[in-house]
Amino acid sequence: MATDSDVHDASMEQKLKRRHRPLERVIVGSLFIAGAISIAVTIGILWELGSESLLFFLDGKVSIGQFFSSTEWQPQAGVFGIWPLILGTLYITFIALVVAIPIGLASAIYLSEYASVRVRNFFKPVLEILVGIPTVVFGFFALTFMTPLLRSIFGDSVVGFFNVLSAGIVVGLLIVPLISSLAEDAMAAVPNSLRQAAYGLGASRLEVSLRVVVPAALSGIAAGIVIAMSRAIGETMVVTLAAGASPRNFHFGTDPLFGSILNPFQGAQTMTGYIAITASGDLSYNTVDYNSIFAIGLTLFLMTFGLNSVSRRIVKRFRQEYE
Amino acid sequence: MTVTAPPDRERQEYFPSGDDYQHLLHKKSRRGWTVKMMLLLLLATAVLGLVILLYTIVDDSFGLVAVVNQNEPEDILASYGYDPAVTALSDLNKEQLVDVLAGTVSSGVGRRLERDKRFFEDRLVFESQEKWDEICASDEAPTGCDGGVRDKGDVLELVEERVIAPDIVAAEGLTASILNPNGFKDSVEKDFVENPASYGDYSYDQVRYKWRAWFSWKFVTSPASDKPEIAGVRTAVLGSIWLVFITVLFAVPVGVGAAIYLEEFARPTRVNDFIQTNINNLAGVPSIIYGMLGLAILVRLLEPITSGSLFGEGAPNGRTILSAGLTLGLLTLPVVIISSQEAIRAVPNSLRNAGLGLGATKWQTVRSQVLPVAIPGIMTGTILAVARAIGETAPLILVGAASFITVTPNGPFSQFTALPIQIFQWTSFPQEEWRHLAAAASLVLLVLLLTLNAVAVILRNRYSRRLN
Repeated sequence: MATDSDVHDASMEQKLKRRHRPLERVIVGSLFIAGAISIAVTIGILWELGSESLLFFLDGKVSIGQFFSSTEWQPQAGVFGIWPLILGTLYITFIALVVAIPIGLASAIYLSEYASVRVRNFFKPVLEILVGIPTVVFGFFALTFMTPLLRSIFGDSVVGFFNVLSAGIVVGLLIVPLISSLAEDAMAAVPNSLRQAAYGLGASRLEVSLRVVVPAALSGIAAGIVIAMSRAIGETMVVTLAAGASPRNFHFGTDPLFGSILNPFQGAQTMTGYIAITASGDLSYNTVDYNSIFAIGLTLFLMTFGLNSVSRRIVKRFRQEYE
Repeated sequence: MTVTAPPDRERQEYFPSGDDYQHLLHKKSRRGWTVKMMLLLLLATAVLGLVILLYTIVDDSFGLVAVVNQNEPEDILASYGYDPAVTALSDLNKEQLVDVLAGTVSSGVGRRLERDKRFFEDRLVFESQEKWDEICASDEAPTGCDGGVRDKGDVLELVEERVIAPDIVAAEGLTASILNPNGFKDSVEKDFVENPASYGDYSYDQVRYKWRAWFSWKFVTSPASDKPEIAGVRTAVLGSIWLVFITVLFAVPVGVGAAIYLEEFARPTRVNDFIQTNINNLAGVPSIIYGMLGLAILVRLLEPITSGSLFGEGAPNGRTILSAGLTLGLLTLPVVIISSQEAIRAVPNSLRNAGLGLGATKWQTVRSQVLPVAIPGIMTGTILAVARAIGETAPLILVGAASFITVTPNGPFSQFTALPIQIFQWTSFPQEEWRHLAAAASLVLLVLLLTLNAVAVILRNRYSRRLN
């Protein structure tokens, strides 16, 4: 009896031994490759931006020093100073944030702290629709509604057909849902016990929202704003269509600051705008124009990458852990 | 130690009573109400922005147009002996309409129309019988040889397009057309007086006003054209559909595979952490950078593959549907991965444990327990990602979408244009007619996206019901 069971055990052991499954290894291997493709994409981006930029600077027409110090961008004349493009980009981003931060934060606070379920169910989908609208349609909107509106308010002689203000406002509208949804997520993460404690002490809804919930969610809100900023910097279609294609070359000291350098009613080319306009024409490889878009692309990439990293750092460092 | 009570004045401030208390409460609630209304107002601004945006698009998609006809329908009718007051062009029979057409268009155009589709079953109008037989016997027989015949509506449309050939000289939006049609007419008349040069040979007497729906089924089915009167978005819509097809074909298997790996198989090693961080970073890269990646790597470096010359296909360069589709695929990849990860993460661990407990291997558990539950979430995320890809314009500009193309794309190696590119192009033209076309194309794009989103919702609901 005992021996019989021993024999039985041995064969069972044999059966239960982990079977070799070559196919499964292949599957897991290919799943890993699918994950690793993303690394290949990153390497591709860095390599292509880096090598073409290097060609641009090795060409001899422009040095890195000139590229980052000159305030004139005139590709036809061989003058490549990136500051006019950065100025255009940052100016539009600034206007966009001025528009989007109040609207986005107010929406988030209202939806998270004030709104009833019914009101929420009405407004949330509206913001989601706004996210789904392609940016080129926003560009059309800027050119056919916002610009004529601004021109009728301030006068045709003051406001140019292409202007920074129109582009900035519409980019602002575009990033409102981003700010509001990220801020709302951050506020939803604030535990209810904090609110209840404040209400228990006799605080009003306003005090609870602005003095308890918003400060507690501040890191998430700040991170959201930084992400939105990065998004505005990388936005292409609205600025290409509405802000025009002439870089705003400037000279500190001689040009008046608000009359010309920071005039919101005139056009300015952005980094993305230059890339898009240059690429939409006949672009032949290995020319200065071709390489210049990669040098700008690299700058753009570093800026957005930096901002995204900052946003992650903010969340990591300032997040308050609530038990 | 004695506790001294705070002086009365101070106590009053901290613990007001009586009228002061009421006053404080009142002030507090009033301030609360004001701020609440301000918040609501700002939220309403965002909604207003969306409403105005949609309104602008719809407003420009319909409205009055001022046209100058090359041939007036009245004259055509009169020349056939009809009284234009009682007879309309549509009252003529097909033979008469073909006659009108044959009397106006050049024989070259006529032959082309006939080769596209015959006018009559029993006779040819523009082509001689011998030539026709010869053409149809050749390898590249045109579609007209298939034996299809144009019906009267078709011919009438051709007459309107080719004989009457309206040239749009001005256009107005929907609201203004309804509320103030005379204002539009006056402004056109005024402009004719002030800038006669911009209207060439036309005089104001020739101008006719009529309603036009820029957004119509005909607009969706007509190919691109350099004439705004007959331009449509068929080429662009087909291009976009091809792009989506390739995007999905690439991004879904790779994205879902990567998500499964990261959620189910990846141990927290350095490599896997790096992959995860890297994906989060890629999601924040501006789309135009992906366009540059596509231009440098897919269009240029991999030209033998993307132009199809390696497979014996003959695209002149790498600016093909394949390059653009893969570029959009790379762009959507991080979004697909992240949303799929979320869907997989939401599957309860009890399912995995049950599968493993029954002796299934890890992959068996994933395949038959985890994935079926996660699929609705994965699909929803994927469809939303694809919807985003359809609207992307900047990467397509970089990889070289053709600005003007009338040939229907017929495979991954053909040149292409896409709906957002068409909108971009038309918006940047200065003439007003193109702006209305851009609005109509935007409407087509929005309808397409709305349909896609609706499909996502329906699919999700259906699958989750089956699972419960």
